[in-house]
Amino acid sequence: MKTIRSMVLVSSDKTSLERGAGEIIRRFQEEILAFDLSEEITLSTICDVGIRDDVPLVIVYPEAVVYGPVRSEDVPVLVEEHLKKGRVVKYMLALMREMPGQINWLRARQGMLPAQKRIVLERVGLIDPESLEEYIIYDGYQALGKALTQMTPAEVIAEVEKSGLQGRGGAGFPTGRKWGFVNSAPGQPKYVICNADESEPGTFKDRMILEGDPFSILEAMTIAAYAVGAHEGYIYIRGEYRHAYQLLENAIRQAESRGLLGKNIFGTDFNCHIHLHAGAGAYICGEETALIESIEGKRGQPRSRPPYPPTYGLWGKPTLVNNVETLANVPPILRNGPDWYHLFGSPKSVGTKVYTILGNVNFTGLIEVPLGITLREVIDIYGKGMKNGAKLKLVQTGGSSGSIVPAHLQDTPMDFESFRKAGASLGSGALLVCDENTCVVDLSKVLMQFFRFECCGKCTLCRVGTQRMFDIMNRISEGKGTSGDLDVLQKVGEDMSQVSNCGLGQTASTAVLDILKHFRAEVEEHIHTHVCRASVCPVADLSPITNLVNQPSLA
Amino acid sequence: MDSVKELDVASVVQAAVEKHGARRDALIPILSEVNRAFGYIPEQAMAEIRRVVHAPEDGLFLADSHLYAITSFYELLSTQPVGRHVIRFCESAPCHVEGGRPVIKAIQKELNLNPGETSADKKWTLLMNSCLGVCGVGPVMLVDDDIYGNLTPDKIQAILARYS
Repeated sequence: MKTIRSMVLVSSDKTSLERGAGEIIRRFQEEILAFDLSEEITLSTICDVGIRDDVPLVIVYPEAVVYGPVRSEDVPVLVEEHLKKGRVVKYMLALMREMPGQINWLRARQGMLPAQKRIVLERVGLIDPESLEEYIIYDGYQALGKALTQMTPAEVIAEVEKSGLQGRGGAGFPTGRKWGFVNSAPGQPKYVICNADESEPGTFKDRMILEGDPFSILEAMTIAAYAVGAHEGYIYIRGEYRHAYQLLENAIRQAESRGLLGKNIFGTDFNCHIHLHAGAGAYICGEETALIESIEGKRGQPRSRPPYPPTYGLWGKPTLVNNVETLANVPPILRNGPDWYHLFGSPKSVGTKVYTILGNVNFTGLIEVPLGITLREVIDIYGKGMKNGAKLKLVQTGGSSGSIVPAHLQDTPMDFESFRKAGASLGSGALLVCDENTCVVDLSKVLMQFFRFECCGKCTLCRVGTQRMFDIMNRISEGKGTSGDLDVLQKVGEDMSQVSNCGLGQTASTAVLDILKHFRAEVEEHIHTHVCRASVCPVADLSPITNLVNQPSLA
Repeated sequence: MDSVKELDVASVVQAAVEKHGARRDALIPILSEVNRAFGYIPEQAMAEIRRVVHAPEDGLFLADSHLYAITSFYELLSTQPVGRHVIRFCESAPCHVEGGRPVIKAIQKELNLNPGETSADKKWTLLMNSCLGVCGVGPVMLVDDDIYGNLTPDKIQAILARYS
């Protein structure tokens, strides 16, 4: 297994490439091999370095040193001096007066490798989740104390807004602004809801936060309630999370007994009660209006919006709905101030993001890193490389409703802004890494099976569309597809994403549409030549060509 | 479990109402408790819940159809009796990519059951489930309340043998 100690990034914007960045990368590969450093050094590219005259740049972590302009003949010196002997090559350093683009914030990541930046997961695994005392020893309830005794609700909202915190449930809506909406919405009482119905396949970050640091969510919800003017909150936790439920039950009891929840919190006249509400198994209840319906004891079917929950939420009253991870960011922001928070992430996507790494990598699990690192970094450094040395084929980001990112886009910085530009979404933070043995038709089938099952049935396009797309993918995998099928998939998929009432229907076809965009040839092979490269579809048994294609001499 | 006694139903519903209250937002928690006790929601339980919670004078109107609509909507609530042990096998993409298909085939072969079926001796019910949130160690299955991860086909027999 690899133990990466340094990471080398070569700028790969258009100007850099024109000035020989490709050759620099090639020379690095050679030199790294020659010095036998491939188990310790990982090489990657960075596209957005802004407009500079000293490209191509070479950035080396963990020192966050920027060299430039670098010529390919400089590479042996850099490898010998910096990577091998650990000495910064001073005469090659880039001038650091103004650092535009992505590298400006990259500097803030000095010393970050291979360590992660833990804000949300700071206490997870460190403290006893059943002990309020331990939570308090590790800075717990400082933020609430500060908010209740030294700040007005408007000041709390201003701090959160200034921090640039964006919702971590998937959509990335500015949290402070949402709080402001609820605060100024007419009507009483108001409610605060923590969305802990984490059901996106591949995502379990919220469970880890709830199980590792349950008091932080209670503290954050109480702060949120104070800020928006609510006195009652609900934690809607998915029914499958029994352990987290029990820990939260205990946490609520303890916080209440110490005057940190309930009546006269911190001895002030502020009251806040939090109820724990378990779901009963429905993916759609992660959608905020479906979640509200479910709390009200109904089928979890999304409402038509507008009106949105900040004006018309639970029982028709102004309601704040925040994801677990979003809330977990709030106490550290209030404790350390919004300027501190801006040290992490990129200018437009501030803070850290918790990701779950899954699939065909050597290490699967949870990481918290600044927004803006690339998939290649995640796979190489945190995933410890591909399992069995296989080749990366694609990554599905953000769970089953997320985008398919093909291998050639793995250097896109993972922040809300850059991903949006690349036509992908970060979503919930699940990163499902798939190697060459994954068949895209087979994967589509599994994804559509999920959506046709989890569709709530309220609107026609989603109800019929998910079934239709599943049927077609099934047919293609059996070798019964026609070329017209691809047009139907495209049409149904696009219609669903445009016309569906809620996020489920709007994103259910994302992955299949992405597959048609990036892997169309492979789907067509199933249809026209009955070949499944990965030999997993039933069609593989039909075709003698499959065996031919998969012979080692041809592969 | 075939013959659900009326008395049992009433006491289970009563206990659930005491714990969660009789407001509308307590409905799903109450149904979940009943499901936990019986493995499914017996018809008598629906009638009993309606009797206890229905209070039109307080603005809480509850029809039988409401209860049936809720019960049939949520995956963890069942309208049908299940076996003594319920296997929920995750069929979502991460577990699939991590090698789920051979494992579910091994389970089906071992129990001679298709997904959705209950064995003739009422010992096993095999269900396919959406993501269980333990994807770091996929493929994953839930047997009653016990979670098993990093499954391979050769582990199945030994795991299932633990249940009587």
